[in-house]
Amino acid sequence: MSILSILFYAIAVLITASTAMAVTRRNMVHAVLYLVLSFFGTAMLFYLLGAPFLAALEIIIYAGAIMVLFLFLIMMIRMNKPPGEEFSLNQLLPALLISAGFMVGSMVLVGGNAMGRKALQAAQASPETFGIYLFQTHWITVEIASLLLLVALVGAYLLGRKVRRPSIQEREDMP
Amino acid sequence: VIVPLNHILVLSTLLFALGMFCALARRNLIMILLGIEIMLNAAGVAFVGAALQWRQMEGQAIVIFVLAIAATEVSVGLAAILAIYRRSGSTDPESGAAALQEGGPR
Repeated sequence: MSILSILFYAIAVLITASTAMAVTRRNMVHAVLYLVLSFFGTAMLFYLLGAPFLAALEIIIYAGAIMVLFLFLIMMIRMNKPPGEEFSLNQLLPALLISAGFMVGSMVLVGGNAMGRKALQAAQASPETFGIYLFQTHWITVEIASLLLLVALVGAYLLGRKVRRPSIQEREDMP
Repeated sequence: VIVPLNHILVLSTLLFALGMFCALARRNLIMILLGIEIMLNAAGVAFVGAALQWRQMEGQAIVIFVLAIAATEVSVGLAAILAIYRRSGSTDPESGAAALQEGGPR
């Protein structure tokens, strides 16, 4: 067992444990913080698997931007009542069944994959080669992604602007 | 020498199942969106592992686009949750749907 594989298993345990913690937390701020830890672990994993540029992006975009957006929203939304039951039983059971079924099915698929039994050799795609590859081969996809981000910007603005009509709470306040 | 690809795929499957469970079982729109994020991230892990197995940068390029889609989805999704919250006063999926039906599209 080489040092790299020990590192892989340590990171895998960290990611799985922190994601499991995030999924089961009742307090959403705690969940987001555990998920930040999980994304840092994923960034380490990406570095280990030879994608240093993606490791940096994972920290900047996932742990930095997306999770902070979640924190903003959680702080904007005041939970006036603590939610009584977080997991209702008639929803928990099908969810457990579906995810367990998915897991069993894909474990069977992975177990039958003889091609993936050989240990991988470590390699790195330097950010420079990766960037050249991305913009030479996938330039049109990059353009489409930028268009998608523009559409998201407009959509988020449209959804998020103030409503002129009184909301339900204000209507209740009115005599 | 790192681990075989199958171990990476098992890790990715575990993460995906956790995210799926989160999206299906939680009764809160924010946690559902969080579960979708976990699932996208799990797919990214599988792609990076496959990129290393076959020495192709294709997999890493796809992860970049997954990142872009995740950012898009979160920004629009959170704005929608905020709109639902303003209208119904809760982030429960059922009450949100009820409020949208009552008010209709703006």
